[in-house]
Parts: sequence; structure tokens; C-alpha cells
Amino acid sequence: MAEHLQFSDRDGCRAISLAGRWTVDHVAALERVVAAAGSGAPAAATIDTAALASIDLTGAWLLRSLQRRLVAAGCSVAWPAGRPGQLDFIDAAVSAAPAEPAVVGTAGSLMTLPLRTIGELVVSARRGVIEHLSLFGELVVAAARALVAPRRLRFRSIVRHVHETGVTAVPIVALIAFLISVIVAYIGAQQLRKFGGEIFVVDLVAVSVLRELGVLLTAIIVAGRSGSAFAAELGVMKLNDEVDALRAIGMDPVEVLVLPRVLGLVIALPLLTVVADAMGLAGGALLSWALVDIPIAQYVERVNESISSTTFWVGIIKAPVFAAVIALVGTLRGLQVRGSSRELGRLTTVAVVQSIFLVILFDAVFAVLFMELDI
Amino acid sequence: MTPLISVRGIVNRFGHQAVHDGVDLDVMPGEIFGIVGGSGSGKSVLLRTMLGLQVPARGTVDIEGVEVTTAPGRELLKVKRRYGVTFQHGALFTSLTVAQNVELPIAEYHDVGPATLRELAELKIAMVGLPADAADKYPAQLSGGMVKRAALARALALDPALLFLDEPTSGLDPISAAAFDRLVLYLQRNLALTVVMITHDLDTIFRTCNRVGVIVDRRMISGTLDEIVRHEHPWIREYFHGERSRAVREGH
Repeated sequence: MAEHLQFSDRDGCRAISLAGRWTVDHVAALERVVAAAGSGAPAAATIDTAALASIDLTGAWLLRSLQRRLVAAGCSVAWPAGRPGQLDFIDAAVSAAPAEPAVVGTAGSLMTLPLRTIGELVVSARRGVIEHLSLFGELVVAAARALVAPRRLRFRSIVRHVHETGVTAVPIVALIAFLISVIVAYIGAQQLRKFGGEIFVVDLVAVSVLRELGVLLTAIIVAGRSGSAFAAELGVMKLNDEVDALRAIGMDPVEVLVLPRVLGLVIALPLLTVVADAMGLAGGALLSWALVDIPIAQYVERVNESISSTTFWVGIIKAPVFAAVIALVGTLRGLQVRGSSRELGRLTTVAVVQSIFLVILFDAVFAVLFMELDI
Repeated sequence: MTPLISVRGIVNRFGHQAVHDGVDLDVMPGEIFGIVGGSGSGKSVLLRTMLGLQVPARGTVDIEGVEVTTAPGRELLKVKRRYGVTFQHGALFTSLTVAQNVELPIAEYHDVGPATLRELAELKIAMVGLPADAADKYPAQLSGGMVKRAALARALALDPALLFLDEPTSGLDPISAAAFDRLVLYLQRNLALTVVMITHDLDTIFRTCNRVGVIVDRRMISGTLDEIVRHEHPWIREYFHGERSRAVREGH
């Protein structure tokens, strides 16, 4: 403390002498000594700057706040060795700053907080639904326009998205489908062995992969990969005013950015599902052969017996729907980004979580539908 | 007088394309040094090299006796705390308010209480002429001119001795640009700052700069404003004696 400031009280008069470097590098120490020297209420004070080695704006600000503190306590302050010029500079800067407009209080009481929170959630959920529906509407309009004038389909863009969301996803989708069907076959074989029905492992794998697992896993992987990519891509475009630039040129962002992504994914996801189905069946074949001694020929025969003509199509028909959901949610969330990089991160997360949730929700709807249709 | 910044023989290459081929320059304490050059002549690259953000293929950058291009992290950090930078587009952290943007460097290096931190941020915000209610706004809520001022406030957060400004007045209307130039001059005089600025703006050069360096043919030609204006190089002649520049010079 003695390094920067010393003070002594005598007859109600406080003699403060400053020393050393009052610079930003010592701000933490200065903050403490100012608090100490500014406490109490002496009738008068002198601040001696003779031994001050150097002072910058941060030091000057703290010195000024010391003076203000003493003056506020009813103390008269004298500067025997002169007042540093930086203080005058700060006085000028602070007084020149335009006055702060009156702040209107918006903070409510804690009592109503739960109600307000529920209200805000309801309002934002309503807004979310409306935004999704209106984007979907715009998309339908854009698609209808594209049907009339195929030039608007932006074929190259669609191909690019099929490549990015589909072709590049093949390895990971294939690997995961293979591993999951191995797990299903393994657990199935363990359980069915108790009843001597190991042969039904084949039925288990074939039906579950073709009907559910293939398409569902693919959709979830794609939601994580491409849903986030869509949201991030469009979000950055939004932050860079690229979306406004498109609008200004007279191009419809829904037509240019959303439609190719939706169509690209609607093409890519069913194809990826076929890959996942094939790899799933291959995984089942491998495990059936290794664990239950079913040769490949018998496996294929058994698969043919276990599935009906609709099993494969029941799975694959869901893929375009899931694709549309993932692409719509991702692009919508991307277009909602405004202002800050934090928004971008938040909305990318929302895009992935929400599209996975909606994929599973739609899967449940399909399950009920197919049950009612008795497929 | 020893120069505050001394750059010698900087060579920067991107692939096969050389941007700089032996750039030399000296910046003296207390001056405002303007860096001028055509689009794509590597002004920002030179600035990044001086800041230690880009390692040059060859050459040295010396700031206050520290060799920036080879200094170990700790040494470089010391230099970085002595300079403030504003980037071309502000580069304010969009997820923080203006006050938080200014507080960030102070809080990173010093153990200061929240009240003092806030006061210091408000001082810097007032110093650059922003209204007090701008402190709690996010960068997205500010106008272009206010973003430039807020970026300057952040650059001044640690009371630097040296200020780097990358196109401080680009995108501002002439009146706002003039006000910003006056602000830079006012701060430079009162805080004894050394300023290095990249600019395209002839008004800004004539209003503020003591010395000017022009990047032409991948090298730098520097001198006092008068010397540069009279220089024989065709690009410099075109720049300072073109139709627009004549009107500007007559006005100053």
C-alpha cells in the first residue's frame, strides 16, 4: 500500500501523499488504496502528487474518484503540488458526454416471474410454429414457381447439396448402420438362444433395420451433420448481410437458399437410407454367420421369407419426410440468426435438437399410421 | 530519437505471390503515421505483421525494443498490452455489450472489482464521444460510426502508448469521418499516443498524419507528408495529384 499512497490524519485534516506509478498495470492495488484513503470523513484533505512517478488515465480515474469520494463526504480537497492534467482531461471527457436518457424500468417483481416465464414461452412457441408454417408456405410457393419455370430449380445447387449431404455422408452412415445391426443381432441372438430360436435373429435384424433403424439412424446422423451445417451456413450469410444482398438483387432467399437444400436432402436421404439398409443387412449376415452358424445363402433365403413386399418401402417412404423436416428446421433457424455470434451458436444447437426431436416425432406418427393401415 | 516501431526488410508471400518484398519503415514516438496503398497492396497484411499476428517470410519488426516476429509468447504479450488496435470492421465481440467489450481486456489482465471495471469502461466510452446509454447496447444495435468509436474505446482500454487503426474512417460520411479524425487527434495529443493508421481517405491523411508511408511495387516509400506529396513515383503522383486529391489539398 505504501508503494502508491500514504495518508495520515491530524486535527481532522488528512494528508495524502502519492508515490510510484499510478498506471493500469497496478490497477488492482490502486483500487484498494483509494478505497482506504477515501473512507471516513475528514474535514479537509491535501493530496500531494510531488512524488508521483507516472500516471495514466486509469490511475487518473481512480485518483479522481478518490477526490470525489472525499468531496462527497463533505471534505475540502487541496492539491499542494498541483492537480495532474489527466484529471482535467477526464473532467472534460465526462462532462462532454451526452446526458443519459431516463431509463424506463421494465424489471417485474419476483412474484410474477413464473407467470411471465410461462407467458413468454407460450408466445415464443406460437411465434415458432407460425414461422415454421410460413417458411413452409413460402417453400411451397417457391417449389410451385420452380415447377412452372424449371430454370428456378437451380440444378447445380441441388447437385452440390446432394453431394455434400449425401455422398460425403456415406462412410459414416454405412459404418453406424453396420455396427448397430451387429449390436441388435448380438443381443437378439443371446435372448433367442434361450428359446432355441436363433434362426429368428435374421427376422429381427431384417425387419428392424428395414422398417425402422436404417431410416431413423440415417436421419439422426444427417440431422447432426447437415442440419447444423445448414443453420451455420445460412446464419453466417445472415450476419454478413448476404441474405439482404440477395433480396436487394431481387432474388428470393427461400428459392435460392432453402429450396435447393430441401430438394437436395430429399434426394440424398432416401439414397443414404438404402446404403444404411444394405450395410445393416450385411452386419446381420456377418453376425449370424459368426455367432449362430447361419451360412450366407441361408441368411439371404431367410431374409426373403421374413419380410413382406412392403417392409422395405415402409422404411424408405419416411426418408423424404424426415429430409424435408431436417432441411426446413436447419434453414429456418439459420435465417433467424441476427446480431451476434452467440445467436449463431444457439440457433445451430436448436436446429439440431429440434430436427432430431421432430424426426422421432414423425417416426411415431408413421408407426401409428402404418399400424392403422395394417401394413 | 529512437523509433518506437522499426520494420526492416519484411517479405510476405502467399503461395507464389509476393505481397511485400523488403518493406522498411520507422515510426517515431508521438507521431501519427499513415499507411497508404492501392487495394490489395498488402496494407492490412503489413499491419498484421506489425501486430505479431502474421509471421513474415523474412524481415524483422521491432516494437519498443522487442523483436515481434521471434519474441516468445510472454514477451509478445507484453508488447500486445502496450498497443491498442481497431480493425477495419470494428471486430467488436457481437455477443458482448459495448461496456463488456471495453471491460474484457482490463478484466483479463487485472484483478479489478466490478464497480471500478464498469467505471473505467464508462470513462473510455465517454472519451470516444459515445453517449452513456451506448454502454449497454450490443454491437448490432450501433450505427457504423458508433461501432468505430466503440472499437476505439476497446483499443484504449489498457491505456496503450501505441494505437493501430485499420481504416478508421472507411464507411463514414465526411462529417462523421472529420469528427473521428478530430477525436483521434485530440486523444493523441492528450494521451501522448503514437498512432499508426491505414487509410484510403485523403481528408484523413491531410488532417491528421505527420508522416506517410506508401506501399508501391511491394516496397514502402515513406516520408513527411510534404515529401510524399512531391514524390515522383507515378502511383503516388496519381494518388495525391488526381482530380479528387487536388480539391482535398486545396481545402486544407
